[in-house]
Amino acid sequence: MRLITHNMLSCNIKGVTNGFPLRIEAGNVIEKEVDFNPDFIRHMFAKIEWKALVEGARSMGYAELPEDSPDAAVLKSDEPFLKKLHHALLELHLEEGALVCPETGRKFPVNKGIPNMLLHEDEV
Amino acid sequence: MWFLCVFYHRLLDFRKPEVEALAELFGEEIAENESLQWRLPEHHHNDTPFHFVQLSSEEIARNIAKRSILVKGMYELWGQGTCYEELKESIQSYPDSRKLPFLTSGSTFRISVETFGKALTFEEQKDRIQSLTYIPFEGRVDLKNPDHNFFLMEMIESDENNGLQPILQRRIFFGREVGFADRKLLPTFQLKSRTYLGPTAMDAEMAFLMANQAKATSGKLVYDPFVGTGSILVSAARFGAMTMGADIDIRVVRDGRGPDCNVWSNFKQYGLPTPVALLRMDNNVPPWRSGLKEIFDAIICDPPYGVRAGGRKSGGRKILRGTVDPYTVPDDKRTDHIPSTGAYSLVECVHDLLHLAARMLVMKGRLVFFFPVLRDDTGSEVKFPEHPCFKLVAVSEQILSSRYSRVLLTMVKVEPYSEDIEEAARLMHLEFRENHLKWLEDGNIHSSVFKPIDSSQIHTDPKTFKDPKPKYRGKYV
Repeated sequence: MRLITHNMLSCNIKGVTNGFPLRIEAGNVIEKEVDFNPDFIRHMFAKIEWKALVEGARSMGYAELPEDSPDAAVLKSDEPFLKKLHHALLELHLEEGALVCPETGRKFPVNKGIPNMLLHEDEV
Repeated sequence: MWFLCVFYHRLLDFRKPEVEALAELFGEEIAENESLQWRLPEHHHNDTPFHFVQLSSEEIARNIAKRSILVKGMYELWGQGTCYEELKESIQSYPDSRKLPFLTSGSTFRISVETFGKALTFEEQKDRIQSLTYIPFEGRVDLKNPDHNFFLMEMIESDENNGLQPILQRRIFFGREVGFADRKLLPTFQLKSRTYLGPTAMDAEMAFLMANQAKATSGKLVYDPFVGTGSILVSAARFGAMTMGADIDIRVVRDGRGPDCNVWSNFKQYGLPTPVALLRMDNNVPPWRSGLKEIFDAIICDPPYGVRAGGRKSGGRKILRGTVDPYTVPDDKRTDHIPSTGAYSLVECVHDLLHLAARMLVMKGRLVFFFPVLRDDTGSEVKFPEHPCFKLVAVSEQILSSRYSRVLLTMVKVEPYSEDIEEAARLMHLEFRENHLKWLEDGNIHSSVFKPIDSSQIHTDPKTFKDPKPKYRGKYV
């Protein structure tokens, strides 16, 4: 699971109101190189919850992102920054671990890089 | 500019929509509420392989042909006629300024003869080529790698062939090739060489057609909510798109035969980038964070409609049916608990899909999916799913059996997602939950497809029996 996915997911157990962001319990984190596509990163930047991304990156051992969300204008020219963002969003993989709901503490396991977000019968 | 567009004689309903989607992808400017201009050759009918299409440049025509699966070739037409005398007149009256640049002495060329509905001997082909001496070819012949490819194509009036209605009059075309389809993709990606397969893996040709309908290309994010073994996303990834898939089925997460036989490996097999994400989740209660919207450029899928595979949703089989009261999973069994799932009716599945697309697609994003249709004799108009955010732009039928076919629907998001739409979807979701059994009954197509044949309809003499439904659209060709 990459951070781009983490940024899209929340705990959706019935009744939970603050299911985002899920806390990352990192078991095995790996890095895989991905082709850099600046347009794609810019497009995604507009959809990202910045704080959740920074926290997520940190829990996966990557602390190069600034605390505060940069201005959209920075993205036009600042390639080193885009590359950092690219690395955080697409190249860090959580292979084994879990996503933990901030409200209930329910753990959604991540195996072979695939989060299992399926709810139990009494959680729907 | 008008181009002669010659199709492979397959999947007839899918041919024009493919060209239309690709024309948009490659920058053909089409005004709102308009579509590409098509024209038929004289005496031809809609199912002929020969069509004329208007495109603004040769480059667009070439790009479309190159990327398409069903376009055999795009040609600049130099002449046509019902016989070789007429063809000669027609070619001679075509302006020299269009012809001469391709006939110069420094260039190489080849002439190929193709016929539809009849095979020609080598001698007959040679005669036909040699009858073209009135075209002032100055270049050298090169059969292997010519600069310019010329085609002489003939469609002969004959009885039905391949179930196709005959045309009224023979027609001969002569043209210069502008581009052609790369069908080599198909043997490379055919399912029999795929390492990890599921029971409903999408055939490679169809998967590429779907990716073309979705205008999948580099820098776009394509999502499949019923990813299965990833067969549809593989085609989108081949065209450079980023992919993302989800499924409720355990097959997504488990390995097939051996540890390197799973959805990921299906991408690695072809050297394609693996999906940005694979998720195990339920479309009925998706875990997207609130506020997330307009993130996918296209959604492509083949929803489970209950004939080959039925849909499942969270909630528990027995609970939803009402035979068991809601229960609580004991705390010590929570880890590794495998929740039971209930049947997911087609109506609800499509409702959730349209809602997901309305929320998660960018404006002008495309939703491409298969929808099953029963082929009854009444000829009643089929009603396709509708949504206020979407405009239906293409409908292509593939006949699967005498009982039912599946229709590929392409919808474009034309209206933004609003709070009203969100609220309406929430209420509908509750309605589906409350009246689970009723909706299950209503949307059941399995029983109609597999019901026994009515004995009064069995004809004793097969010769006099005429099937009222056309057969040649789809797998019979």
